[in-house]
Amino acid sequence: MAFESLQEIVTICEKEHKSFYEIILESDCDERKVTKEDSLKQMENTWDAILLAASTYEKNLVSASGLVGKDGYKMELFADKENTKSLCGSYMNQVMTYALQMGESNACMKRIVAAPTAGSCGVLPAVLVPYFIEKKADTPKIIEAMYVSAGIGQIIATRASISGAEGGCQAEIGSASAMAAGALVYLQGGDSEQIIHAAAISLKSLLGLVCDPVAGLVEVPCVKRNVIGAVNAMSSCDMAMAGIISRIPPDQVIDAMKEVGDKMDVSLRETGKGGLAATNEAQRITEAISHSQMDLSLK
Amino acid sequence: MNIFDILGPVMVGPSSSHTAGAVKIGLVARELLKDTPIDATIFLHGSFALTGSGHGTDRAIIAGLLGLQPDDIRIPQSFELAGKQDLSFRFENKNLKDAHPNTALLVLKGKNGREIEVQASSIGGGRIMIHKLDGIDVNFTSEKPTLIVHNQDQPGHVAEVTSMLSHKSVNIATMQLYRDKRGGYAVMVIETDQSIPMEAIHWLERLEGIIKVTYINTEEKK
Repeated sequence: MAFESLQEIVTICEKEHKSFYEIILESDCDERKVTKEDSLKQMENTWDAILLAASTYEKNLVSASGLVGKDGYKMELFADKENTKSLCGSYMNQVMTYALQMGESNACMKRIVAAPTAGSCGVLPAVLVPYFIEKKADTPKIIEAMYVSAGIGQIIATRASISGAEGGCQAEIGSASAMAAGALVYLQGGDSEQIIHAAAISLKSLLGLVCDPVAGLVEVPCVKRNVIGAVNAMSSCDMAMAGIISRIPPDQVIDAMKEVGDKMDVSLRETGKGGLAATNEAQRITEAISHSQMDLSLK
Repeated sequence: MNIFDILGPVMVGPSSSHTAGAVKIGLVARELLKDTPIDATIFLHGSFALTGSGHGTDRAIIAGLLGLQPDDIRIPQSFELAGKQDLSFRFENKNLKDAHPNTALLVLKGKNGREIEVQASSIGGGRIMIHKLDGIDVNFTSEKPTLIVHNQDQPGHVAEVTSMLSHKSVNIATMQLYRDKRGGYAVMVIETDQSIPMEAIHWLERLEGIIKVTYINTEEKK
């Protein structure tokens, strides 16, 4: 592992007068013994896979359990620029659309890019794809932003965890949101200090979030939590761009996330036994699924 | 964890730990068997046991045993595929002592009579850790070329292996040694930065006191 803290990356950025993404790119080349061209090519392929997954959403597809599907299409219709009923506005509605659609595609066993996990695969695409489509950035800039988000994710994985079974949903949607927030600050022209503070604000806003999937499936509430991850990344980005900082240093926020995860009861860590998964309705759904002898293979 | 473990893998959903990681466990177990699996008994522990079927963990492990990669869109149909490829299998839930929440124990038989027991866990983001081989602790990720040497616990075997690697200009990344008792059965697990030439593996296999040599390199397989 190249870096152990976000602060270390910022210090190197300042000392070497380099941007956050360059430091992560160089560290990747050093760690995997690849050329910059090879690393960039692989990141482009990852971006292409995200765009392909985003563009192949099937509006009528429903998961094997029947719990999720079609909501991404409802949101897509609502995101219309002429829609006067929208409070968040067309741009944020688009972000929400992509978050739902990617989450639903994942639940339907379609091919996606884990970022950092499959359950949280909608967060980063939800902020990057509309940014790209609205032509606020070209491909190379998006690729650079992806390095920023990967660098943040690496530190979180090292100091804490990105697994729901270990740290709860805060480790998945929380980490994805922090990664997306950092990427957005980079795209909006923020400096490395602002990048890590946006990540910290984002992560601490989701601290304590438990992993309580109904019937143990990556469906409810996972799909919709991708929306809060993406929207939280946007607001955290704007806060950081306004000059607001996280009062708790970013690395300590990550350490707190680990501590909370360690203390979290096992019923709230991807076992499908606590939280929403323990509600009467969830129990009813779980029983209905086991009785219907759900056969994933036929979907 | 490298940056493409964070932004990646490209995979079939719904869960990086319960689906993609499970495919990898199957793939690595197949690789370690060095044979085409025809029979598999799979024990699921912890979260794998509780939520495995909803995540397609069972289908994912079978897909891996059949040699499918984590982004293969045939994963949801792996049970049917196993039927066509003469792989019989069964799943059981089992509480494995001190194991990671996402752990599976695979007991495999191959077409040519080879047998192996692999205990592995999915540690998040699609990455895995092999914890035990035939009941012996090993602890490796299979992300680097990995050499596993079973030998009699007697002086000189570590030197033989390391001087062979040095001779082939292969750098050792990590090295672990285990044994059941002094003078008994020993295992060394070596992860390397470069791949190891096959003739060097065969040379090792013929040395006195060396019981078994297993080498896996998942990068070469892709």
